Amino acid sequence: MSTESRAHLKVGYELPAKTFTVQRSDLVRYAGASGDFNVIHWNERIATDVGLPNVIAHGMLTMALAGQVVTDWLGDPGALLEYGVRFTRPVVVPDDGVGATIEVTAKVTRIDEAGTAQVTVTATCEGSTVLGKAQALIRLA
Amino acid sequence: MALNPEFVGRSYAPDGSYVVGREKIREFATAIDDASPVFHDVEAARSMGYADLVAPPTFAAVLSLKASGRVIRDPQLGLDYSRVVHGEQRFVYSRPIVAGDELNVTTTIETIRTMAGNDMITTRGDVTTLDGEPVVTTYSLLISRGPDEETS
Repeated sequence: MSTESRAHLKVGYELPAKTFTVQRSDLVRYAGASGDFNVIHWNERIATDVGLPNVIAHGMLTMALAGQVVTDWLGDPGALLEYGVRFTRPVVVPDDGVGATIEVTAKVTRIDEAGTAQVTVTATCEGSTVLGKAQALIRLA
Repeated sequence: MALNPEFVGRSYAPDGSYVVGREKIREFATAIDDASPVFHDVEAARSMGYADLVAPPTFAAVLSLKASGRVIRDPQLGLDYSRVVHGEQRFVYSRPIVAGDELNVTTTIETIRTMAGNDMITTRGDVTTLDGEPVVTTYSLLISRGPDEETS
């Protein structure tokens, strides 16, 4: 996003959406890269033992995927000032060769006089939102 | 099991610094399916004014997870880690993390409360350079699900 286009930004502007597919192998890769080896992200036996429907994705992986809608549009990751989410529903990742599909949309929900704006992100899986209060604060200039 | 409320306000000094490497950034960016050149290509990052590869925004969680591990697993705190789920996460950035950074994380327990049989603990991680320059602050809410939620 160029500085010029940011100056004309309006509340309600929708950022380009993205869709991600998450399979078990992606969870293993994220576990290794992040150091989060919690067994509920790779072991179906233990996941179901503790009351989960199946293995679930790391919340931080979902947060990272959802955030790409904002950072791809920004171009410069340094323009991201704050990013926060609530994990409201787990992303269940069955071992079926298909995995889970996460659809992410985002729109500008506030423009501040200080030259910043709030972007609200929506992430859904199987038609249900998986993140709540997912908001980024970005620098416009 | 109720958490020990005496832990609120406790702060844990850095347990050794973290040196951010290029390959770790590339590995993390690949793991989050992010092909943006600024996370993979040093020249692309330099052309945007950065000293080296930039780490994706949620990379800060790698540092805070490492730093908070010994805090939340402290047996005196009383958190049953096998029942813990991540409730909320927030990052407040001073600047992006870049390859070559050597960073410290100070972890502080901000709140402890019990709601509907679930123990909830919020921790803050202040990530700074060795000189004390603030880089990013992480806020995490962990929820230890009570036994009543077992079937939900």
